[in-house]
Amino acid sequence: MSRFKDLQKNLFGGTTSNARQFGMIFTLVAIVLLFQFLTANNLGVGFGDGLTLRSDNLIALFQQNSYILILAIGMLMVIVAGHIDLSVGSVAAFTGILVAKSMADWSLPWPLAILFGLAIGAVIGAWQGFWVAYVGVPAFIVTLAGMLLWRGANQYVGNADTIPVPKGFQDIGAGFLPEVGPDTGYNNLTLLLGLAACLAVVWRELQARKTRKEMNAEPAPLWVSIFRMAVMVAVLIFVTLRFAGGRVGTSFPISGLILVALVLIYGFYTRNTAGGRHIYAVGGNSRAAELSGVKLKRVNFFVMMNMSILASLAGMIFVARSAASGPQDGLSWELDAIAAVFIGGAAVSGGIGTISGSIVGGLVMAVLNNGLQLLGVGSDRVQIIKGLVLLLAVALDVYNKSQGRFSIIGSLTRPFRRDEPSKPAPTSDTGNEPAKTTVAG
Amino acid sequence: MTTNAPILLEMRDITKEFPGVKALSDVNLVVKAGEIHAICGENGAGKSTLMKVLSGVYPYGTYSGDIVYQGSAARFSDIRQSENAGIVIIHQELALIPDMSITENIFLGNEPRRRGAIDWKSAQRQALDLMARVGLSEDPDTLIKDIGVGKQQLVEIAKAFAKDVKLLILDEPTAALNEADSQHLLDLLRGFRERGVTSIMISHKLNEIEAISDSITILRDGKTVETLDVKADGVDEDRIVRGMVGRELSSRFPDHTPNIGEVFFEVRDWNVRHPISADRQVCKHESFNVRKGEIVGFAGLMGAGRTELAMSIFGRSYGVFESGQIFKDGKEIKLKSVADAIDNGLAYVSEDRKAIGLNLLDDIKTSTVAAKLSKISHHGVLNEVEEYDAAEAYRKELRTKAPTVDEGVSKLSGGNQQKVVLAKWMFTDPDLLILDEPTRGIDVGAKYEIYGIIQRLADQGKGVIVISSELPELIGLCDRIYTVFEGQITGELAREQADPETLMKQMTSTKKMQTR
Repeated sequence: MSRFKDLQKNLFGGTTSNARQFGMIFTLVAIVLLFQFLTANNLGVGFGDGLTLRSDNLIALFQQNSYILILAIGMLMVIVAGHIDLSVGSVAAFTGILVAKSMADWSLPWPLAILFGLAIGAVIGAWQGFWVAYVGVPAFIVTLAGMLLWRGANQYVGNADTIPVPKGFQDIGAGFLPEVGPDTGYNNLTLLLGLAACLAVVWRELQARKTRKEMNAEPAPLWVSIFRMAVMVAVLIFVTLRFAGGRVGTSFPISGLILVALVLIYGFYTRNTAGGRHIYAVGGNSRAAELSGVKLKRVNFFVMMNMSILASLAGMIFVARSAASGPQDGLSWELDAIAAVFIGGAAVSGGIGTISGSIVGGLVMAVLNNGLQLLGVGSDRVQIIKGLVLLLAVALDVYNKSQGRFSIIGSLTRPFRRDEPSKPAPTSDTGNEPAKTTVAG
Repeated sequence: MTTNAPILLEMRDITKEFPGVKALSDVNLVVKAGEIHAICGENGAGKSTLMKVLSGVYPYGTYSGDIVYQGSAARFSDIRQSENAGIVIIHQELALIPDMSITENIFLGNEPRRRGAIDWKSAQRQALDLMARVGLSEDPDTLIKDIGVGKQQLVEIAKAFAKDVKLLILDEPTAALNEADSQHLLDLLRGFRERGVTSIMISHKLNEIEAISDSITILRDGKTVETLDVKADGVDEDRIVRGMVGRELSSRFPDHTPNIGEVFFEVRDWNVRHPISADRQVCKHESFNVRKGEIVGFAGLMGAGRTELAMSIFGRSYGVFESGQIFKDGKEIKLKSVADAIDNGLAYVSEDRKAIGLNLLDDIKTSTVAAKLSKISHHGVLNEVEEYDAAEAYRKELRTKAPTVDEGVSKLSGGNQQKVVLAKWMFTDPDLLILDEPTRGIDVGAKYEIYGIIQRLADQGKGVIVISSELPELIGLCDRIYTVFEGQITGELAREQADPETLMKQMTSTKKMQTR
């Protein structure tokens, strides 16, 4: 019993970031296995032959969702700071059409076109950030306006036509890691990537143990650490072999690589830097943050601008994957990104949430989408199910929290949450409710 | 009005506890029908809590003791019930909707109906009648935001009459009013008394209390001190002050021998305007200084402008800066943002730690380092181990009661939260700490510890400013005390000269007294 509790505490309730990450991956794996079982069952074949975990399905899953997950990264920071961004789909579409046009009409080389696209995102972001941070218009309004504005701009510029993009550009959305080195039957670069990921997992676990020791705090028991590492490495090896061993010519997608790089960079930024800490401070209590010397306006400007830059990147990846930019690109992306962030454990009122949580939240939605499609459920019913999952997941959590009871979703997503107090303290002394100050802007 | 008038309300042995603090203990209050009964006491003496118990904000069962109202036991479980019984409170912060008309506000939640729809004709007629009773001559369609505070106050009272009030409770009714409006309000209360309405009035303005009330109940530290009959006992302001502040000062403060150096921080001719109404001056020509190793107190009533002064100095985080200079170590410094203030060695511990002092989502270690992340980061990258060590060191030094520094601050008691806030500002290595109500809502034991921390900070050569509404605290802790009244510094007293009566006088009058 005590061993089991030990395991539970260290795997799901632990305070080290490693423990949290492990818990998240566990949750996702459970959902993947569920669909693997259901798809196998549906076809009447063995568990191993289910559709969900087939190489081509995993690759497609990644390619189809990488741009939503990239949006979720930026959206997480916007939501943690206490705002929202409804314009991301339109920003993506507007960037997409301009970039496509720049290559088709002005024959800009594709690497420059990518930089051009990012610059468009930065300018749009600066525009929206200005209204939010310096004028104080709520982000909901600014980005609702942006949603109309950039969608209209996309159709105005593109004449509501589609514009094709050249091959080199298409690689960022549709490309794979190339074949190099000896013929191993697998894609060698993907194997290397997987190996690096395994080493990184082991290294991080050891680092975390070292940090705990330096703090004079008890690290997780050694056997738990080893167990955790073993499971993570096993999952990574399995996934690597799937990606590396698919149809010839396919491997780990380039867009996935971009996503992984962004997750690492932004994960580090939000967790380990002063700038990241400031975003949480602003969302948690903007007045307290201001009185602690945080430059409120700068933080708000930054998160809005950053979101638009990531939206423009997502837009380019989408255009690259579909080989052309069109007037309907990016429709309702904002909703998918926002759903990912909230399923990933972010708080509506700001101050709580993690990048990795949002990615898992996005993947949960993606797997759900994909799994239901594999089961032959029509897109109408898929939408209904996704909507209900989002609502129930958050509602159950809100309800349980308000009752001060054990929260099922909470216990599943707790590892994603950043240091959330499990229950508001009995308000002491004066009897005043802890005032949750509204977030400015 | 006379001693043999029937008793309208009796509150017996009322005890109300909050976690860790006894806000009221065995309080008794007897109000006779048709009188104006004043309740006096320092901030935090329990006046508002008592009124919240009476009006059902704290429902029956959450306190102990009995309330007898109109001869029978009253057990209100919410405000609606007490209002139905004719008890109406008018709070210091008016509960009016600025964008609604006078009529709409008077009948808000109490709308006269005809066949399900609001009968505006009848509402209008009744509103005019009620407005006449409170001496308010305005078009009833005027929006609340378009009339002055004094008239808004009258609308509140008219609203009370719309509910058929028998016991009218006014919490600091004249705090925001000018002289003429205050006078009008007091006359009005006298008129109500003649028509048999009973009033309870909470006020800091002792001259008004003396002028208008028939009886006075004085509360101190959540206990009833005494009830005075104004005429029979020949009560005057000095008598009330004595009742409010008279208490033992010994042993509530750690022994301390100050080691005071020279003046290192000085503010000259400081002028600040209100952030919204630009014609209101919140700080008027205020000048003061702080010496190294000195604990300087700022005494004043609620709304005197002490917090506003402190925050406007702390990187202009309040109001609109108009003019004034700040000198530190002989050099003028310009503090245009909080970051400037922190960089120049200032720290401000706010009076409301939950609303603006802490991020309640944080744990102890994140809170501790929040105001100076640069100290635990290298090129912007945070060092978790240094963060943990710093927080742990302060947890030990300040004896914050928490299992680890990973504990969320929302789970801590008020006293321990305050220690975390202190740690957060001590971590910034300030030269001058401004502590705004540092012991508000903290129990006696934790107060003693906080005093000890403040004294140790002074002994390290730092200057400490303590803003407090508790006079004994200022007298027991501070080496020097400034008094503030309506945005002006009205006096400066050395510790030896400071006694509650003198302070209270200077805190309630614009007359500038030179006692040094």
